[in-house]
Amino acid sequence: MLDVALIPGLPLAGFVILALVGSRLPRRAVAIIGVGSVGLSAAWALLFGAALIASHDVHQSQTLWTWMALPHFEAAIGLSLDRLSLVMVWVVTGVGFLTHLYSIAFMADDEDYARFFAYMNLFVGSMLVLVLADDLLLLYLGWEGVGLCSYLLIAFWYRDPKNVRAAVKAFLVTRIGDAAMAVGLFLLAAYTGTLRIDDLMLRLPHTFPAGAPVVVAAAALLLAGAVGKSAQLPLQVWLPDAMAGPTPVSALIHAATMVTAGVYLIARMQLVFNMAPAVMAVVAWIGLATLLLAGLSALAQRDLKRILAYSTISQLGYMFLALGVGAWTAAIFHLVTHAFFKALLFLCAGVVIKSLHDEHDIAAMGGLRRHMPLVFGAFTVGAASLAGLPLVTAGFYSKDAILQAAWASGPHAAWLWAVALVGALVTSVYAFRALFVVFLGETRREPARVSSLAMSVPLVVLAALALLAGFVQTPSQLGGISVFGGFVGPAVGGQVGQGGGGPGWLLLVASGASLLGLLIAWVLYVRRPATFARLADAPAWVALRQFALEGFGFDRLYDTMIVQPFVYLTRANVGDFVDWLYVCLAEVARLLHGLMSRAQTGRVRWYAAGIALGALLMLGLVVLR
Amino acid sequence: MTLVLLFILPLAAGAFAWALARRDETLCRWVLALALALGLLQTAWIWVTATPSSSSWLAEAQWPWIPSLGISFHLAVDGLSLLMVGLSYLLGLAAVLASWSSIRERVGLFHFLLGAVLTGILGVFMAIDLFLLYFAWELMLIPMVFLIALWGHENRRYAALKFALFTQAGGLLLLLSILGLHFAHGHATGVYTFAYSELLGARLGPTAALWLALGFFVAFAIKLPAVPLHTWLPDAHTEAPTAGSMILAGLLLKTGGYGLIRFMLPLFPEAAERLAPAAMVLGVVGILYGALLAFAQTDLKRLVAYTSVSHLGFVLLGVFARNDEGLRGAVVQMLCHGLSTGALFMLVGALQDRLGTRDMRRMGGLWAKAPALSIAVLLFALASLGLPGMGNFVGEFLVLLGTYRVSAALAAVGSVGLILAAAYALRMMQVAFFGRAPEGLELPDLGLRERAVIAAMVLVLLWIGLFAQPVLMAATPAVGMAHSEQGTVLHPIPLARDGMGTVPAPSERGNAP
Amino acid sequence: MQQVPLEHALLVAAILFGIGLTGLLARRNLLFTLMSIEILLSAAGLAFVAAASRWGQADGQVMFIFILVMAGAEVSVGLALVLQIHHALKTLDSDAIRQLRG
Repeated sequence: MLDVALIPGLPLAGFVILALVGSRLPRRAVAIIGVGSVGLSAAWALLFGAALIASHDVHQSQTLWTWMALPHFEAAIGLSLDRLSLVMVWVVTGVGFLTHLYSIAFMADDEDYARFFAYMNLFVGSMLVLVLADDLLLLYLGWEGVGLCSYLLIAFWYRDPKNVRAAVKAFLVTRIGDAAMAVGLFLLAAYTGTLRIDDLMLRLPHTFPAGAPVVVAAAALLLAGAVGKSAQLPLQVWLPDAMAGPTPVSALIHAATMVTAGVYLIARMQLVFNMAPAVMAVVAWIGLATLLLAGLSALAQRDLKRILAYSTISQLGYMFLALGVGAWTAAIFHLVTHAFFKALLFLCAGVVIKSLHDEHDIAAMGGLRRHMPLVFGAFTVGAASLAGLPLVTAGFYSKDAILQAAWASGPHAAWLWAVALVGALVTSVYAFRALFVVFLGETRREPARVSSLAMSVPLVVLAALALLAGFVQTPSQLGGISVFGGFVGPAVGGQVGQGGGGPGWLLLVASGASLLGLLIAWVLYVRRPATFARLADAPAWVALRQFALEGFGFDRLYDTMIVQPFVYLTRANVGDFVDWLYVCLAEVARLLHGLMSRAQTGRVRWYAAGIALGALLMLGLVVLR
Repeated sequence: MTLVLLFILPLAAGAFAWALARRDETLCRWVLALALALGLLQTAWIWVTATPSSSSWLAEAQWPWIPSLGISFHLAVDGLSLLMVGLSYLLGLAAVLASWSSIRERVGLFHFLLGAVLTGILGVFMAIDLFLLYFAWELMLIPMVFLIALWGHENRRYAALKFALFTQAGGLLLLLSILGLHFAHGHATGVYTFAYSELLGARLGPTAALWLALGFFVAFAIKLPAVPLHTWLPDAHTEAPTAGSMILAGLLLKTGGYGLIRFMLPLFPEAAERLAPAAMVLGVVGILYGALLAFAQTDLKRLVAYTSVSHLGFVLLGVFARNDEGLRGAVVQMLCHGLSTGALFMLVGALQDRLGTRDMRRMGGLWAKAPALSIAVLLFALASLGLPGMGNFVGEFLVLLGTYRVSAALAAVGSVGLILAAAYALRMMQVAFFGRAPEGLELPDLGLRERAVIAAMVLVLLWIGLFAQPVLMAATPAVGMAHSEQGTVLHPIPLARDGMGTVPAPSERGNAP
Repeated sequence: MQQVPLEHALLVAAILFGIGLTGLLARRNLLFTLMSIEILLSAAGLAFVAAASRWGQADGQVMFIFILVMAGAEVSVGLALVLQIHHALKTLDSDAIRQLRG
């Protein structure tokens, strides 16, 4: 009955082999093991999942062994496959396999080839454990595991201290969320004696009324964990710096999978969140604020990967918005499409950066469409999907589903929808800005030839998915297809906005925003009117752009308020002030010693006097008593 | 009988090794190593062949010693003590292996002192006569002082003296409390005895109990160590030779935790209840303060030493939560901390031997030079920061869960320790192992012997991390005597189970509200 | 014959003791220290004899002989020591012998 266990088991086995003997194997073997384990897992997940769907019995649960069984608390290592986790598994293994394939060529010159694939396999294995866990404690194991792999992979090129600093930042910021999440786990375990998700879903509604403080606290703490992992406000500062890792890492971990773990967690625990409407509102508002701020930051960036990083934060904000308004299926739908087009964009960016000898600044790029037409085509598809170009891209359908859900969400719906729409416009602008600046115009630097089959195939596949994956879920005005909603819905519950309950003009406005963004980007970055150039140099504008570039000051805020004082205080106390107490004690002893030894003069007369005095005192005592 | 042999084995082997060392130093090392391996096997044998019997002890050995004073030579093991004994033999063996090539002068004496310390530690873990406990407690101290003073590093005299003074002060309090208990019990019942099982039932007035309990508490708290009694630890750990640090951190500190669970809590339950809030706060303070101190250190060994303060804060916290999860978590944490910190000291000691320095500012980029060493340090650093999958996580999780049942606020503050632990562990990796190596730095990688020891420890940690159940269950009798449900605020709702012990499978969750 | 009153004898003994003690504490020369010790001893002896006379028992006079013998032994050892000290330190100043100080 180990069918489900094979899915994470294969990549984990790959990790073990590569970790132990990888450095002694030839490159080919490493590639076969590294990519093959994920590929096999993907194939198996596809087949197994399809078989389950065909037999209409998608819910599978396997308890592998008991982890802890105490009188008041139990935890088991168990895997559970249902529709939601099946979708996640497909995304993780699918995009994972393509990224691994791409890495064969991308990392081919790197001397730590085996180490890279070992870490990547460990990551895929941990992510699958996270997604398949049927117990929150096991999920937490996977959660921390992916955090570890993220750290190891960001710091993969460890010789550069900058990379290591970025890795530490990523780990610590997400750890803050993780610690809060752990407290949430304690809370749930203390009240129910279990962290098994099925048990919790059964017992919590029976034990607590909706809105009970316990449930609200649990939801809020779980949200904190999700906010950390998914780089939402206020814990979003780690993701842009995480771009220091190799591009496949950015594509897989920091776009398609690990950062979506927060979204998955909230979707999985939706019962808890449903019982805490206040927290749901917070989710939505966090998502909203994040999507706008990150989008604006993306607009100001010059580093290609940082544009994509902020874009990821922004798109995750959309997912959080969807979750917050109860559109669970829409959130997962966007998660899936985003995984495709964002991974695609990152992989294209990888080719570009590598071919320009590690150049990240888009201002130094240009005219690359002539030199790498395939990449250009792929990037165009990706950018279009990101911008949500109407009708033909997957991004359009998923983003529209979210906008529809925001419109229908109840109080403040207008605000949510309006800001999300503005965000869509901004998204379109920066997406096409990147496309136009990098690929159009004149060639500033000659790129080297880097592309190979291993890199091209994933690009093509992802491009196809970025275009076609949207057609599983369309609004009612455009065909009302509801394959995705119908599939995932029962596992996740809640409305889907399926077919979009909203009026038709919402579609038009959304399309309009996306096209308007395209137009603006065309005008600003291809036509380049002189007025824009003059405006761009105005000091107020420059300052604003700098502020947006730095992520609206969050980094600086945290640095001044938390990091610097912390480092200063701990450094000042290196010698441990508590030790002073004991040093003082020792000094007092030394002092007393000094005093006492004054009595030891070594002189006979002194001692004689002492004897006489003592005798006198004692006689006096005896006589006067 | 086996227990007595188990107890005396390290000392006897050490003495034999000392005698042999004149002739052949390598033979001396082999003798002690083999003896310790034998002891480990013997412990495993007892574990495996343990049959539940009417008494909670798995094995017992009692010989009259000074009957007129009520003192008997009484050893006994249950699950908890057996775990600790096993840890002692394992770490002792690792310590011998770690000093194989680094100790060159007075080899015989070194191994004898190692054996003596181990016997003392085993005595503490196995004694259930209070006089014997005190005897073993003192026996632990003197050989360790010599180990630090003779084979230690630059500041060894100061460190050895500080260690001796702190521990002796605690020992004095312990003696006074033991005597006080002896006499109080004697006055009340006319029976003057030092036997644990008899004294468990001692009836004491609340004030007397509190003072005696405090004596025990302070003695164990110094050993644990609890802030603010911890300042002996960094100096002792840093200046001790590698084997000394491993045994200090891995075992000596555990005697404090063990003493609290085995002796203080069962002997003085009401006093423990009164002391619990303060003790738990001290535990949390220890967690946070230890981590803050560890973060700022530039001396690699001192950093690891302060992490011990932080980790044992968890133990103190869990013990005084006095509930099931807290106590079991404390036991697991003791076990796993012994392994992970013992291994870290071994690795840091290996690094110091090869580089000649402990200063992290003079290191950097070591990963490229010695990958095996670096990966090993990374693994144990991850264990230190409580990565799930390793045993330390199980311990910390259960401790915090148990704490939550008593005080949610303390659990939340304690969880901040998880963040701080990540800070110091990653800083260690960042400064010493990542980045670029300084010019001309030579660093041979780990040898086969060292790799074997590290691999063994990693495997045990992973095993406990993923299959924690046997270890958790082993602690049951001891936990049962120590725990109390009073003060536990949150009682969980009873699990509703069908006859098979599983919750009935839910229908498609779309039906959930 | 009229008995000397005990109080008078004891008073004389006390005065002698005081003189001896003062001399012991005040004089630095070792020889004078020894002499003062002699005076102390005779004071004690006088007290013993006076008490013996009062109570009419011979024990006190036996004690006095005891003291005489002891004084003799003590003086011989003391003078030997004084000789050694003078040989080593070239002085008889008791304040000069300070090697055993703390």
